[in-house]
Amino acid sequence: MTVHLEPDSNIPNQRLAKQLPVHWREFAIESLIRVAGVSTIGFVALILAFLLLEGAPAFWQTSWRVLLGQRWYPIFGIYGILPLVLGSLLVTAGAVVIAVPLGLATAIFVAEIAPRWLREILKPLIEVIAGVPSVVLGFLGMVAVAPLIRQELGIPTGLTALTGSLMLAYMALPTIITIAEDALDAVPTTYRDGAYALGATQWQTIWRVIVPAARSGILVAIMLGIGRVVGETMAVMMVTGNAARMPMELDAILRPVRTMTATIAAEMGEVARGSTHYHVLFVIGLVLFVLTFIVNAIASLLTIGARERRGGRLMR
Amino acid sequence: MVLVPQSQRRPSQRMKSTPIRGIWACMIFCLALSACRVPEGTSPTPGAAQTIQNKGSDTMVNLALAWAEAYTAKHPEIRIAVTGGGSGTGIAALINRTADIANASREMKPEEKAEARANGIEPVEHTVAGDAIAVVVHPSNPVDRLTIDQISDIFTGAITNWSQVGGENRPIVLLSRESNSGTHVYFLETVIRKGQPDNNALFSPDTLLMPSSEGISNEIRQNPNAIGYDGLGYVTPDQKVIAVGVSAAGPFVLPNATTVKDGSYPIARFLYMYTAGEPTGAIRDYLDWIRGPEGQAIVAELGFVPLAEEKE
Amino acid sequence: MVSRYTTQKIAFALLTLTAIIVVVPIVLVIGVIFYHGATAINWEFLTSMPRAGMREGGILPAIVGTVILTFGTAIAAIPLGIATAIYLAEYARDNWLTRLIRLSIINLAGIPSIVYGLFGLGLFVLFMNLGTSIIAGSLTLGLMTVPVVVSTAEEAILSVPQAFRVVSISLGGTRWQTIRYQVLPHALPGIITGVILGLERAAGETAPILFTVAAFYLPRLPHSLFDQTMALPYHLYVIATQVPGMPLQIQYGTALVLLALVLSLNLVATLVRSYFRRRRQW
Repeated sequence: MTVHLEPDSNIPNQRLAKQLPVHWREFAIESLIRVAGVSTIGFVALILAFLLLEGAPAFWQTSWRVLLGQRWYPIFGIYGILPLVLGSLLVTAGAVVIAVPLGLATAIFVAEIAPRWLREILKPLIEVIAGVPSVVLGFLGMVAVAPLIRQELGIPTGLTALTGSLMLAYMALPTIITIAEDALDAVPTTYRDGAYALGATQWQTIWRVIVPAARSGILVAIMLGIGRVVGETMAVMMVTGNAARMPMELDAILRPVRTMTATIAAEMGEVARGSTHYHVLFVIGLVLFVLTFIVNAIASLLTIGARERRGGRLMR
Repeated sequence: MVLVPQSQRRPSQRMKSTPIRGIWACMIFCLALSACRVPEGTSPTPGAAQTIQNKGSDTMVNLALAWAEAYTAKHPEIRIAVTGGGSGTGIAALINRTADIANASREMKPEEKAEARANGIEPVEHTVAGDAIAVVVHPSNPVDRLTIDQISDIFTGAITNWSQVGGENRPIVLLSRESNSGTHVYFLETVIRKGQPDNNALFSPDTLLMPSSEGISNEIRQNPNAIGYDGLGYVTPDQKVIAVGVSAAGPFVLPNATTVKDGSYPIARFLYMYTAGEPTGAIRDYLDWIRGPEGQAIVAELGFVPLAEEKE
Repeated sequence: MVSRYTTQKIAFALLTLTAIIVVVPIVLVIGVIFYHGATAINWEFLTSMPRAGMREGGILPAIVGTVILTFGTAIAAIPLGIATAIYLAEYARDNWLTRLIRLSIINLAGIPSIVYGLFGLGLFVLFMNLGTSIIAGSLTLGLMTVPVVVSTAEEAILSVPQAFRVVSISLGGTRWQTIRYQVLPHALPGIITGVILGLERAAGETAPILFTVAAFYLPRLPHSLFDQTMALPYHLYVIATQVPGMPLQIQYGTALVLLALVLSLNLVATLVRSYFRRRRQW
């Protein structure tokens, strides 16, 4: 029997396995492992099936016209989810506009410029903010940030989409920084050496060579950051004012807004099982599920692309 | 097909990558999942201590908390779990059988009752306290009196600046409870729709919906533009209470226990507790205690209005 | 024409500035919570029941509740997570099923926590009839934590050198023996780190426990898995938004306890990682 050693491959063991009758206990354990592996599919299917099952009745209990309406007032059977979807998108967009430039600049700083000792301090610090619970940020946003925003910007209330975006930006930053920094690190040293050899400055090398080379990894970072932000609940619920209005004006970001996540959290406890309102909330859950699925699917496609091109591992 | 250990299969079989085992595993998983239902009707609370699940109105949550605290101090064998969330929440929980007592700051709607009966539950109403809804603003706001009509126009968005009701030139920021709160519904029916059954006015879409009464108090405390409404028990000295008049001629009345009892303050209501069927055992004892002198003393202590001595 | 070196100086200055903009608020957040919260922390605050409508006394039931829920999450997530990781690393072939499993895991990782809350309410609380209970909450949080455990554990298993497996098999070990006695022991530090990081996330979550386990006020320690319990994140939400006349000090104190709990998990993970990195023999 010849044994092929493939250091990077993870499946030669099947060929290495001895051709002996296997003890039944081992067989049971291996079966369990297989069941566990497959069960993840089961759970996703279960969650999706559940959302569909509980959301579906909403479509015949109300009409599409109602669901796509511009007013959300569930106690009177007015279930327009448009303001909620737009509210979520607005807060997310705001967070992305804040977090992406900050996150990328910080990732470049940490990966390329910061001296070693500073890196050792910065990396754990960024991990720490990743661990700060949503509700703690929401609490701080409520007692400290919102009043500050109201006074500094001179707007009627500090409970606005912008406040929510700020909170969410800081929730997304660790994700963006960590993954983008990995992508920058994964760029082969030869690229760098080549650029220096051609007489480029350090900055030119970073900006013209390294960042473009890490492009897809950076995109993954941004996508996963967005995914994190779309689904945040508590930090948003506590600071955006939750007014279910259509955010259509130019200064909508400076006005209160209501997101999908906050709507579910605030109203799910209330509804009687089987009421139209209950089903509509599951429809909102379904919209969230689909949105995050799309974002994550894009991220994973990008990851595969990046891996194929350069064999570096991006996802931690 | 029978599950055969990997090593005993013929090579040809092993080379195929059809994940037959995966499909088997799927089926086992589904079976296992469907097997873990706790049968209906088994009480999921073993143990000697009896737990009373008490859920509902956010207006009442602190009152319910104080009651539970005082009662369990006297009766350590009883455990009372109190949760807020809104009157609708509590009633829904009662219908779902996830709560024993539902707190409600409004009466149960006919459709809720129908739903309960469809679920085999006959809801029984117990009046436990009285409450007034105070209209509150920031202490620095010069406005101190409003008519019901003005308040209605403010909350529907017809009036958007404090100068229109005799205040400073400031935008009005509207604060409300979430629509699942009994207070929200009551305020809408009594104030915004002025008690007219054919009036279809709604809160302005610009209204900030706060997850709780305290959320309103917090914003009122620090935002001079804001106006909100709250149960009397939530009004703290750092909020300014507006005197409310039925018409512009007055009289303008401030909410307190006296004006609520004599009926001169226009925005007052009862607070209720609902049980599934006539209460028995520990739940009955608890409700009797609440409606008795000790329970009602706590009502007064928290700024609500105690029930009159004679039971209705 | 600006010199390239001037451009570089400007660019580096800007980058440094943004890094400061990112880091300073982080330090501020933690600083503010420690500064305001530290005065609230004393023995009584950590070990007694809440009194006077939670405005006085301690937060013991919330602390205990969160600790129990964290353990419950671990018990729910670890077997499934690690078994799935073993499957993917050691058993899975490259076929559509494996790709589907990977897609599912990525998807599970991306599902918003509030949707887990919805799911937990529907499946565990209502369908399985577990009621609002520790077990329902733990299962919900556990499911949420599985993807984190899977991805880190798989990475840890894959980083065990192939030679270990080859030797074990060539000495007559079966595949499971190889995994059990060679691969898992060497992958353990990585797995532990991953599990702790997953728990760190779960311990601070509010949305999934809103409808599945959290009690607004329950001044007793839970007796059984079918009890509701208070939990720190939900408790902070409650006292920050729902209780009138709540001293700000207690709010900050609660925030500090929650933060300290979560960050200590982070610290443990870091220590485990660095300790085993030093001891690694390959």
